[in-house]
Amino acid sequence: MDEEDTRDFNERCAQCSEVNWGLTDGGGFYCRSCHNVIERTREVVNTDFITNSRVQTISKGSKKQEKSEGGCEWYVCEGFQLVLKKQVEALEALGVHPQMKDEILCNFWRCYLQKSKQAYCKRPAAEAVKTLSVCESSTDVDSDPERPSVLHLLSLSESEGDLQTDCSSFASSVSKVSESTSVYSGSVDGSLYLMKNQKEKLRMTMPMTLSFCYMALLWMREPITLSEFLRFVVEGHIPYLNVFEHFPEKMKLCGLDLKIFCVESWPVYEEVFNKMHELAAYLDLPRFPDITESCFLHPDMLCMKYLMEANLPDELHNWTCRVVKKIGIGEVDFLTLMPGNKSTRKVKYDVLAAAVIIVVLKLLFLLDDRYEWLLSEFAEERNKNNTEGAHYFEFKRWYEVVKHSLDVKQKKLDEERAKYLWRCEKPLFYSVKKKSKVLKRRQMVVNLQNQFGKLSGSVQRAKKPNPSSFQLSWSEENADGSCFHGHSLKGVLQEKCGLLTAMNPDYWLCTVKLCNEKLCGHLAHYREVEFPQSYHFVLGLFSFLLRIQPSYIHDEVCMIEHKLFNKKLYKKLKYNTVLRK
Amino acid sequence: MNRHHRTDSQLSSNEHKLNFRKSKEACLSYVQDALLQKQWKRAAEFLTCYVESLEKDYSREHISPSEMIWRIGTEILWHHSQSSMKEFNCFIEQMKTLGVKRFLKVCLEHVFHLLCNGQIDEAYQNLSLAESWRFGEQTAIQDKEMKLIQAYRGLLDYYSWSKQKNILLEHGEDGFSDLAVEQEMHGYFRKAAVNLKEIIKIPGVWDIFVKSYVDLLEFYGDHNEAHQVLNEYAYNSKFPANPNAHVYLYQFLKRQGESKKSLISALKILHDIVPSHELMIDFNTMLQKSKKRKKRRLGLEVIFTALDYAGWKENAKAWSCLARQVKQIVISEKHLDWIKQEWSSRKDWWPAFHFSRYLAKRNWQENKSLSYEKALVAGLLLGKDCKYFKYVSHQGCKAQLKRFRMLKKFVNRHTFL
Repeated sequence: MDEEDTRDFNERCAQCSEVNWGLTDGGGFYCRSCHNVIERTREVVNTDFITNSRVQTISKGSKKQEKSEGGCEWYVCEGFQLVLKKQVEALEALGVHPQMKDEILCNFWRCYLQKSKQAYCKRPAAEAVKTLSVCESSTDVDSDPERPSVLHLLSLSESEGDLQTDCSSFASSVSKVSESTSVYSGSVDGSLYLMKNQKEKLRMTMPMTLSFCYMALLWMREPITLSEFLRFVVEGHIPYLNVFEHFPEKMKLCGLDLKIFCVESWPVYEEVFNKMHELAAYLDLPRFPDITESCFLHPDMLCMKYLMEANLPDELHNWTCRVVKKIGIGEVDFLTLMPGNKSTRKVKYDVLAAAVIIVVLKLLFLLDDRYEWLLSEFAEERNKNNTEGAHYFEFKRWYEVVKHSLDVKQKKLDEERAKYLWRCEKPLFYSVKKKSKVLKRRQMVVNLQNQFGKLSGSVQRAKKPNPSSFQLSWSEENADGSCFHGHSLKGVLQEKCGLLTAMNPDYWLCTVKLCNEKLCGHLAHYREVEFPQSYHFVLGLFSFLLRIQPSYIHDEVCMIEHKLFNKKLYKKLKYNTVLRK
Repeated sequence: MNRHHRTDSQLSSNEHKLNFRKSKEACLSYVQDALLQKQWKRAAEFLTCYVESLEKDYSREHISPSEMIWRIGTEILWHHSQSSMKEFNCFIEQMKTLGVKRFLKVCLEHVFHLLCNGQIDEAYQNLSLAESWRFGEQTAIQDKEMKLIQAYRGLLDYYSWSKQKNILLEHGEDGFSDLAVEQEMHGYFRKAAVNLKEIIKIPGVWDIFVKSYVDLLEFYGDHNEAHQVLNEYAYNSKFPANPNAHVYLYQFLKRQGESKKSLISALKILHDIVPSHELMIDFNTMLQKSKKRKKRRLGLEVIFTALDYAGWKENAKAWSCLARQVKQIVISEKHLDWIKQEWSSRKDWWPAFHFSRYLAKRNWQENKSLSYEKALVAGLLLGKDCKYFKYVSHQGCKAQLKRFRMLKKFVNRHTFL
């Protein structure tokens, strides 16, 4: 217990210059070598300690800001810590296990701080930092009026002279702020933060907070995919856009802080995904908890979910499981994340499942813009003549129903994108000079919104709808027969040697040769005009559900196909694109 | 095939990405669509979401959000059923504070809206306020708008003058004389004259200002100045070609009882610019009667050219002018070559254009005088066997109308052919 609390405090003892701290019964620090007791305590850092004149001088010297009433000094990392806290609380509200907040994310964050602090300060003998973990103490950030700066990035044993010059030289070189030549930020180290040499460490960004969250979710194997998580972010259920609204009054945000904390674009799946993997490697995390067959993220489970959402027959699940088994993507070792392992391809669970479904559809229906409609006609005939017995699945009807719903949803989504509001009540300004202008503008915007909002008629801005896992839902109770879950695949299957196989004898590969992902970023290059419309439609459907570009799903499809037809491909070495199964 | 270079879909399809700028671009296009379809509620809905753009720096864009919001907001508030003038005014006042570079423009357009709504006094107040606006170098930069503002104030002064004048005339009839009204009237005159005079110095199209100014000058007897102004307006090459300038000059000269010679010269350029102008009848009438051969020749050209235009097809007066002149030439047997010249470029298409059997029937049914005049022209130019003439004259004789019988006889005897 001692070790844990004193581990992060690496200041040299004033008496004996050793770094060997222990805790007294009262919670105070003492040097184990010479038994010198200092004022530092385990729980709360003594305020005297904080208002140490050296600290004050340092922070005063580096900025020209005047401290506004009630403002406190805060560091960028504190800001991010707060962001993460809010995000994980939101996730908890959505049903994620509290363990994620109290243990997992906390530890990840602390680990990150440790790792990055080593390269954070310019000084070679960078001292590690004692973090007052907001997670572990029950003290809310807001409630403590005299809360001192939580993080001490500045080692107090080094002379402040160095840091002053560091800061002022940074101050003069940074000039991203258009108007003022002086660097300005509400946080103490805003400018430092942006200027740091990024080679060794991962600098924290807003998208990276989502990477953190997702990493924790993955560790806990929570039943939520990355695409779903990002969708919740965009829909506003997870604080991200304008999260600084939740910063306490005292933490003034201005100047360069805006560059760090302001978000003006939706998070991008690939970016969050890649950063997460980088982070896992950076933190030297061990192998993540196993993703087994009973896990939500296992392709068998996700395929079931997506099949339901895509309004496809349940029977297709047998086929997805078969494909998964055949190519080994259901194996624990394939699915489980091993950070730092560059040889295995990183698994996008949601995209993978979608791609499996598409491959199965290609297996059964070919999707060459002819065969599937042919099969559909047969099924239709048969359904007309036999009203009893299982209803055969008709591709045409499915297409019509799903397309219609999809178009409606897409249109709605397009409008939502256009109506998306990016700004919030809390105004942002680069400098005090601009403050009054910004506030005036804000007032005008609010006035105009009220004026024209009234003229919008009965269309009021709907409250955020409750987050739902399914974007499309189909019910078998609907009399119009628009639900295809229970339909039978008999029309496209035949029995051969006691096994059910597809009637379709052909298959076309999306690509004969895979690209080198490291060189051009993709396994294949998707162009709508080069592929059948049915294929494009199916890609589009999952592209909508997962909110990612069709080309990324296409990549996974290519990858699966190459695994599936591995033997045939490398045996024949032909550039014939149609293979017999 | 080089499969390593980026493909279209990867470069351009960003459907699932979104940033502030793209989002507002999309929003704007929804607003514009709604405006085009006159869906004011929907336009308002999207504009509500668009106004956030004001908080972002767009200084490099071609049209700034503030201008967009001003223009679009104006349209919506003007047309929306639930919007009141009060709301409109409140909105415009806000817009005035948004962009100092547009301040006078916004004021001016506001004034136009007020005038359209019949709020003359408010318009006048706004113009006065705008006139007194000063803002460093912007005042000089927006000089043109300032001149316009002054001109419109002058116009409203003229309007007030006009009202006072009418009151005075009424009182005059009743035998009352009203000094106060007269004083006021003169006051308005002075104010109006100063501003109107200024604006018309600048090359431009200032019909209403010119008319008003000339009206003032005529009332106070300064005909020279009025003539000068109208001449400048019509003949100064710096000014854009403007048929109305010539019309105003002509009307003025007519009022002044000027000679036919000057009246004719006033309409010359009008004929060149707008050969289908309604004054061409007057022009032709004057020219026909002239003693000078050249003028008579021009007259023929004028009336033929006018009738080339579809809008004149059923103008009985025009046809009667042409008929008269053609008849006169045919009878005198002098200058038949004039007709030949005019007819040569028309003989291929005028028959179908004016003298078809269908038109003969229609003209006969709808307007007998018209058909008479046309038949005369047709008979003389195309001969008695032409469809038009045959039909109309036959109908006319059947109906036992004397003049048609005369017509038939006349054409049988004469013909250009």
